[in-house]
Amino acid sequence: MNPRYLPLAATVAIFLIAYAICFAQYPNMLSTRVIGNLLTDNAFLGIAAVGMTFVILSGGIDLSIGAVIAFTGVLLAVLLEQTAIHPLAAFVLALAVTTAFGALMGVIIHHLEMPPFIVTLAGMFLARGMAFVLSIDSIPIKHPFYATLKGVYYKLPGGGRITLIGGLMLLVFLAGMLIAHRTRFGANVYALGGGAATARLMGVPIGRTTILIYALSGFLAGLSGIVFSLYTSAGYSLATVGVELDAIAAVVIGGTLLTGGSGFIAGTLVGILIQGLIQTYITFDGSLSSWWTKILIGLLLFAFILLQKGLIHVTDRRRRYA
Amino acid sequence: MQPVNPYVLSATAIDKIFPGAKALNRVDFSLRRGEVHALLGENGAGKSTLVKCLTGAYRRDGGHILVDGAEVDPRNTLEAQNLGIGTVYQEVNLLSNLTVAENLFLGRQPKRFGLVNAREMNRRARALLAEYELDIDVTAELAAYSVAVQQVVAIARAVDLSGKVLILDEPTASLDAHEVAMLFRIVRRLKERGLGIVFITHFLEQVYEISDRITVLRNGQLVGTRETADLPRRDLIAMMLGRELVQEVTAQHGPKGEGGDVRFRFRNFGRKGHIQPFDLDVRTGEVVGIAGLLGSGRTETAEILFGAERADSGAAEADGRVLDLSSPRAAIREKFGFCPEDRKIDGIVGDLSVRENIALALQARRGWTRPISRSEQDRLADQYIKALDIRTTDREKPIKLLSGGNQQKAILARWLATNPDFLILDEPTRGIDVGAHAEIIRLIESLCEKGMSLIVISSELEELVAYSSRVIVLRDRAHVAELAGDQVTTAGIVEAIASSTGRADA
Ligand SMILES: Nc1ncnc2c1ncn2[C@@H]1O[C@H](COP(=O)(O)OP(=O)(O)OP(=O)(O)O)[C@@H](O)[C@H]1O
Ligand SMILES: [Mg+2]
Repeated sequence: MNPRYLPLAATVAIFLIAYAICFAQYPNMLSTRVIGNLLTDNAFLGIAAVGMTFVILSGGIDLSIGAVIAFTGVLLAVLLEQTAIHPLAAFVLALAVTTAFGALMGVIIHHLEMPPFIVTLAGMFLARGMAFVLSIDSIPIKHPFYATLKGVYYKLPGGGRITLIGGLMLLVFLAGMLIAHRTRFGANVYALGGGAATARLMGVPIGRTTILIYALSGFLAGLSGIVFSLYTSAGYSLATVGVELDAIAAVVIGGTLLTGGSGFIAGTLVGILIQGLIQTYITFDGSLSSWWTKILIGLLLFAFILLQKGLIHVTDRRRRYA
Repeated sequence: MQPVNPYVLSATAIDKIFPGAKALNRVDFSLRRGEVHALLGENGAGKSTLVKCLTGAYRRDGGHILVDGAEVDPRNTLEAQNLGIGTVYQEVNLLSNLTVAENLFLGRQPKRFGLVNAREMNRRARALLAEYELDIDVTAELAAYSVAVQQVVAIARAVDLSGKVLILDEPTASLDAHEVAMLFRIVRRLKERGLGIVFITHFLEQVYEISDRITVLRNGQLVGTRETADLPRRDLIAMMLGRELVQEVTAQHGPKGEGGDVRFRFRNFGRKGHIQPFDLDVRTGEVVGIAGLLGSGRTETAEILFGAERADSGAAEADGRVLDLSSPRAAIREKFGFCPEDRKIDGIVGDLSVRENIALALQARRGWTRPISRSEQDRLADQYIKALDIRTTDREKPIKLLSGGNQQKAILARWLATNPDFLILDEPTRGIDVGAHAEIIRLIESLCEKGMSLIVISSELEELVAYSSRVIVLRDRAHVAELAGDQVTTAGIVEAIASSTGRADA
């Protein structure tokens, strides 16, 4: 097998094994109900993680997404509760703001040659701060259109539901895969992750690609914020703290190299599902502390980082003796 | 009617200033349609810089560039590509995390319904590489292939991009004779199609074989442009160096020291899948040359001697004591040194200064708990900058800002600084100019006189003959012949390689 598929295969194998273990203990875990909930509960995280995958593939990082999600939620709540604007218009507005915000970070990273870590860290504080400026309280959203949207779902046999937001996440993953693997922009993202200096000599438009990557991440964080506000029916400036780290974890567990240049969008989906599965298991068990989720994810992360090291070692050898 | 402009590319008064150095000073360069134009000069003369100014990889600080008589101003390499200028740069050229096909078609992937058509891309990639007699899996990552294959892929990409101009910056440095011949066939074909080709190299034979005109740079200034046919080799070298070279490396050399007593003994030394077990004795003060085609096991031999690959059979001893060569660290402790071939990947630490790069191996041997004092580092760096003529503004310059050849010299200095008993040099003169070339060979000889034992791997047979007292010939990852004494001649080595490969008729 091509070694580039190995991390992905490992992720899928772990997911299947974990699911088998869960199923052996709680046969209910295989029900469409659980599966539907898994998708719904992780929809906002999954959507944001798609953006994060692009960023990490390009060799960057985006620490702002948790704050951007919260900001989007508060913005929507304020708009919908204090003005008469239609939710769809509010959505468009929110997406425009977050996309521009991401693009701006991309501009700074590229033109001022600043490390993405610093720029997006600043972005994180800025977005969180803006959310506080809008409101420090948790604002419930009672717009009837929200109720309508929440009522949209596709009924699975067995009683499970693919909700609007769960389905949206799947669509975003599909679109992400298409962009990553079937467009020139996608190829440029991988090229950037492989080495910016070389990519530049090969004629990759570094600036445009960088800006687009962070704009995409901002857009998806905004979309994730919309999904989160639908999910919770509220906007709260202290929500989704640390979600960027969950997203990074999902990306890495999904087999994407943290240093960039190698990985798959589909892997991130599996990474999200593994995290969701652990959470569901703990809920089913009932006696375990929810911190076990963090501990298990921590261990998985370690395992994957070790796997990546091993792989780099192996491919290195293959290169030298090919 | 206007006379047709014969120049596909012409540049006038190009300036390029780096902090602390004027890399190009009003350089003129013109390229005719259908000519191969060699761009020559010492390491650090400004060849790569000129190329990068032409292709927009660097912003020039002055001067004009005309393509087909029209003024152009490429601001990045993409614009140059769109003007029909394809380039193989001297440094790492492609992305090892992409597949071969993706590398070939990055930025111009065939599309269908707005999406990249991977099947078509792979098909075209296979067709493209077939011209280079390369039948490889184009869907595999580039990293899976050897440096030589990667270089051919880089060339194929540049050729495919070059509608008008093809620029090759030291493309042959990691190719063997067979691949060079193939490259030249392709270059001649492009020439007939009317392309202008810029060719940078330090192999003067290749210059005389393929080029029509020669432009020489020295210290960022144009020395002159001549017809190749009217420029004898001696004069060319004088143009490059600004002085007569006392003696070029030739096979005619005084008697070589046979060395003293046998000091290092390797018995039945080998590793499955890498190199078949071999016996090797090396005396003090002796140079043993290693010859063979690319892929014959030359580098593998070096790696196993240095512990980069652990031997799984046999033993090594020095002065009757068994040596521990289980890892490079162990080998360094036994006072072994290894200057690897692929310095682009294994060698330089780009952001560290020249001084730090030179002190690196010595520091590693002493252990990080006993740092080398700053004054000692300065002394070492200055000594080798002088001895190897490393062109740098000062020893604190980050090494990545040096020219390619000067980086290589710094890596060589790193290993010389450890003052090893046993030194393995893999292609020590690759990418190094004629002047420095002679210096390095003199250095090898003086190291021997001091009693160091050397193993030198080289594809330049004349050079091997010049300093080796014995030459081991490799084929298919096995040591197949050993030449000593009078047998050590270029013809002798060629014959040994040919007869043992059974390719004498080729
Ligand atoms: N980015 C840079 N910053 C500062 N100085 C540089 C930079 N790039 C090159 N130089 C300097 O410009 C000079 C010319 O370098 P260049 O790479 O053009 O040499 P070259 O003729 O290609 O040599 P070689 O044969 O070794 O490849 C060198 O002295 C080098 O140190
Ligand atoms: Mg150069």
